[in-house]
Amino acid sequence: MESTIVKSIDYNAYFGDNHVVKNVNIEIPRNSVVAVMGPSGCGKTTFLRGINRMHELIPGATAKGKIMLNGEDVMEMHPIFVRLKIGMVFQRPNPFPNLSIYDNVIAGYKLNGIKLPKAEKDKIVELSLSRVALWNEVKDSLTKKGSFLSGGQQQRLCIARAVAMEPEVLLFDEPTSALDPISTSTVEELFHELKKNYTLIIVTHNMQQAARVSDKTAFFYVGELVEFDDTKQMFTNPTDIRTQNYITGRFS
Amino acid sequence: MKAQSNVKYRIGKSTGFQVLTITLAFACVVPLIFILIYILQAGITKINWHFITNLPKPVGEVGGGIANALLGSMIIIGCASVIAIPFGILCGIYLSENKTSKLAYWSRLCVDILQGVPSIVIGIVAYFWLVKPLGGFSALSGSAALAIMMLPIIIRSTEETLLMLPDSLREAAYALGMPFHRVILKVIIPCGISGILSGVMLSVARIAGETAPLLFTAFGNPYLSGNIFKPMQSLPLLIFNYATSPYNDWHDLAWGASCILLIFVLLLNIFTKLITRKWKVQL
Repeated sequence: MESTIVKSIDYNAYFGDNHVVKNVNIEIPRNSVVAVMGPSGCGKTTFLRGINRMHELIPGATAKGKIMLNGEDVMEMHPIFVRLKIGMVFQRPNPFPNLSIYDNVIAGYKLNGIKLPKAEKDKIVELSLSRVALWNEVKDSLTKKGSFLSGGQQQRLCIARAVAMEPEVLLFDEPTSALDPISTSTVEELFHELKKNYTLIIVTHNMQQAARVSDKTAFFYVGELVEFDDTKQMFTNPTDIRTQNYITGRFS
Repeated sequence: MKAQSNVKYRIGKSTGFQVLTITLAFACVVPLIFILIYILQAGITKINWHFITNLPKPVGEVGGGIANALLGSMIIIGCASVIAIPFGILCGIYLSENKTSKLAYWSRLCVDILQGVPSIVIGIVAYFWLVKPLGGFSALSGSAALAIMMLPIIIRSTEETLLMLPDSLREAAYALGMPFHRVILKVIIPCGISGILSGVMLSVARIAGETAPLLFTAFGNPYLSGNIFKPMQSLPLLIFNYATSPYNDWHDLAWGASCILLIFVLLLNIFTKLITRKWKVQL
């Protein structure tokens, strides 16, 4: 199997006339954790949302260039197929408030009208919740509403929901910025487990987090991809002066 | 010292303001309570099983009921709901999903203006558009007129309910690869159902007592009729006709009917509050 799973070629994203992502070329290796960091407003979230074509849902947003998933351009695919293959977890936990924990996990099937036998649903729910280390905490309260859980549990529920669809890539948009430190470390530990089965792209504000969890790190600055390298290399010996300044805290 | 006297003055002023708001709030409630008491007193004694299940008697005969008006009102309101609810909810969804488009802007404007159109004007329009071309008064044309009155209430309440749902909910659904119609039907509507329903119920309560649009559409009918293409009696029409008649028996019927109408609207409002609380989705 090819080692690159997602590859962007001259990707540009706009909000109206505002050019927020400029000519990004990046190759993301399979089964790795890639952190995307950079100061606020540098286009890292926009780039992330471009990968599964969530960007274009915002009125006035447009994009140019190619995003290749396994050699196929997602810009040519139907967004629904793209989003089935590339799952996403958001900044704030957003379980469906009208659904139980169980139904939240299989929401991707249930709400899309895909009928599954009960046994298979049970299997998916247990497997997905186990993968996010939530099964033991909620196995006795699967019928309760998802909004009864704590913030950290809700976020893991949202990860389980994405995992349940068996995507190839998981996108995380600052997944821990709304969580407390303990929940944050639980979610960070998950990343190591999840990368065995998926490729993870994580946008983060937090440099320490990028250093802790990722194999490779991308640094964005004012819409450009400044540097993309092994995380260790990036944090010890960055090649670009802007990366160096950012890492040493000269601007944020 | 100076500061303290100033504090005293401010506390006094604040108390005065509180007293003022309480008095005015009370003043708003008092007329309503008097109306309720008065109608209940005058009407409740007239209501019994006979009253509900019998047709009006001719002048001079004792007894008689309002069965025709009761059935007529139910049918007319039912038909109006069938027409207005799907249109209203779909339009509300459109407005909430398209905040900035030109069509949404104009629709919103039209809805707002429609809300202010006097009910008698809507009645006249229904008369010229439906009654005349169809060749006669009918319950259906009355329903159509009432449906037009329900629309703005349903549309605006649906729109406002759905706008309050966070965008993160839509994003969660889209990120799972859901198509637009499923996002709306399976996520957005279920999460906003309590608000949508309360808008629907309030719109029903709003039109239950409308008389003007029915005067020259449903027209009225002294007999029991279930044919929506023929004239039909309804509670407001019965009250209007009987209250303005010179006969005491008929006045009694009108009081009883008013009382029933009032109880219906009251129950509808209470029911709406219960539903809103019970079905509210905790976000």
